[in-house]
Amino acid sequence: MAREGIHVERPYERLNKDQVELIHQASMEILQDPGLISFNEEAVNIFHSHGAEVESLGGDHRSWHVKLPEQLMTSALKSVPKTVTLGARNPDNSLVMNGDQPKVYLITGSETNIWLDVEFPEYVHKSDSSKKIRVPEFKPRRGMVEDLCQSARVCEHLEMVDGFIRNVNIQDRDITPENKDVNKFFASLNNNTKHFMSGLTSLDQLDNVVRMAELIAGGKKQLADNPIISFITCLVKSPLQFVDDTTSTFIEICRRGLPVAVSSSPQAGTTAPIKEAGIMAQINAEVLAGIALGQLVKPGVPLLYGSVPVRARMDTLSDSYGAVETSQYNIDCVQMARFYGIPNYSTSGVCDSKIPGQQSSIERLFSDIVVAMSGPQYLHCAFGLLECNSVFSLLQAVLDDAHFKMIKHFLKQPRVDQTEIESVLKQIRSVVDTPQKLYISHIRPVLRSGEISGLYPFEGSGETDQVFELAFDRMEELLAKPVQHIDEETTARIFAEVPGILPRLNVYERGS
Amino acid sequence: MSKDIIAALKENVIQGRKTKDDVGIDDSLADKPGVVELTQQALDDKVAPQEIITEGLTAGMEVVGEKFSNKEYFIPDMLASAEAVGAAMDILKPALESAKVETKGKFAIATVKGDIHDIGKNIVAILLKGAGYEVHDLGIDVPEDTVVDFVKNEKPQYLGLSALLTTTMTEMGVVIKALDESKVRGNVKVLIGGAAVSDEFAREIGADAYCADAFAAVKVLDSYQQAKS
Repeated sequence: MAREGIHVERPYERLNKDQVELIHQASMEILQDPGLISFNEEAVNIFHSHGAEVESLGGDHRSWHVKLPEQLMTSALKSVPKTVTLGARNPDNSLVMNGDQPKVYLITGSETNIWLDVEFPEYVHKSDSSKKIRVPEFKPRRGMVEDLCQSARVCEHLEMVDGFIRNVNIQDRDITPENKDVNKFFASLNNNTKHFMSGLTSLDQLDNVVRMAELIAGGKKQLADNPIISFITCLVKSPLQFVDDTTSTFIEICRRGLPVAVSSSPQAGTTAPIKEAGIMAQINAEVLAGIALGQLVKPGVPLLYGSVPVRARMDTLSDSYGAVETSQYNIDCVQMARFYGIPNYSTSGVCDSKIPGQQSSIERLFSDIVVAMSGPQYLHCAFGLLECNSVFSLLQAVLDDAHFKMIKHFLKQPRVDQTEIESVLKQIRSVVDTPQKLYISHIRPVLRSGEISGLYPFEGSGETDQVFELAFDRMEELLAKPVQHIDEETTARIFAEVPGILPRLNVYERGS
Repeated sequence: MSKDIIAALKENVIQGRKTKDDVGIDDSLADKPGVVELTQQALDDKVAPQEIITEGLTAGMEVVGEKFSNKEYFIPDMLASAEAVGAAMDILKPALESAKVETKGKFAIATVKGDIHDIGKNIVAILLKGAGYEVHDLGIDVPEDTVVDFVKNEKPQYLGLSALLTTTMTEMGVVIKALDESKVRGNVKVLIGGAAVSDEFAREIGADAYCADAFAAVKVLDSYQQAKS
């Protein structure tokens, strides 16, 4: 049983067929000339053994110039699975994605350094003490492992969240590069029964993380059948460079047959051309090269076409996720992935705003709506993220969930068929024949069936805006709800077999 | 037996089922008699009309009101229940008259001259009828003479005037002036409502009350009733 997702029957597309073909051809040309620069020797050898032209480059860092012929690409891409299943601790939360079908799953992400606390101090009017208002005060601080647990718990209960990408970079004093991976995986998996995706900090920890997932899933085969974890790797540094360590990690994950999102995040204007055709041709080449490498390592390994294109801000040359072009690039990428029939990891909802407010609402809703309309299968839609993925706010995540309910309702397909037409004609004739001529009595069956969208859930009373206060109450309510932790026996085995997990994360030891 | 009918009546009011063909909130009452059928059955079984009203209809509407306040019910639910009660009151009218039981009051309502908008007016009429008032709907685009004649001849205690447009709201003042000139203004409380009007406007034209919505109309009339008793 998989989660429902949002079916987009007629996805919004910006490119016509000829333009898609032109971008594809341009990407193929890029991979041959200028080709890639790889800082990873193993990738160079793999490409070379399949017909790529390889040339060693001089300099301080060992690197190679790799030219990928179109034939190599075409052949490698043939084995990419069109259908990718991402499992879950609760199998009812599985995600089944087909590259040809625009069904959207909404996923959290990304890894933020800052956790944003919120408080609501009360202010009293100077000349009239009966007038009081509560204003949110946001307080940023370093993200900790307990924050990741809290986030995972709340996201477990957020109805629109289909899958969980770790969204807090854990920076406790006892977290080290050696134990970071096992702790972020355990904190997330123990507090959330949805699919879990993460990057890997250290390749040395891959086998520990996989062992943990096997113990939770029930064994090696069970994990293969129900891959409760997957990975995201940014092996490409734009423009067109394969990074050494991430590429090694990617190759090893592929060898183990676990699902991976192959992601590239070029910035239009700095690390990619500012022109739409330019960034599209380049990001498509970068992602396809990664996907081809994965297929050459292990044909049939489940991969996602990961696209995180962004435009540069003109005032600082940093990322501008709030720019409308960023949404355009993402929509184009969705279309390119569909052209290849590969499930797409896309991006929306990332905003430039530093705190929840009007700017964040406008920026994220704009991209959430338009990118969701384009029908990506796996949409990293930045639940709770602010300031270009560097800040996480639980309050914002609760707001995002409510707004995605509206988007899901909006994307419902119209019900217009002969039976429906006959029914409404009968209704119109009967109502026009009554003295009051009101259709109100016909609302009720539709209202109860869920066909009518609900009221805005954080609507205040009177004329004051109480959105933040009401969302905060909802957040507190969700934080208090229990989650289904990993059972005691499995937890004990994980702590016994997987080194490095902080003892305070063992809920059975601390009695909570 | 009468207790069963009254209980069923109350439940059908809560579910907003006027007749056996109506859908309720859930399917538990499907194909079973609705408020109209049960009211008739209660009368046939010699249940006192007052008991039907207080124990069945009014008790049911009280629950509906609570559910509406708790946001469990919406206006379509409230209206369905009110319509069902209104239909029951029509059935009970002859029995109430012969028992010399008075209704809560007679209420006339009209959309003023030049204005054909009637959604708000109709909702007010349904809710007030459901609340136990005798409602006379004079229709849309009603000239002041028609209103004055009705007040003179039928002697309603309450008059509701509705207007949606800024161009027609002034007609409300014209009606009130005509009632004054005909010496019947003192006999009737005038309530006004509609998108264009306000509390301030009600005071300007000499109306007795401004009602922001249909629920306010029920509250205002009930407050007049309480003041009387």
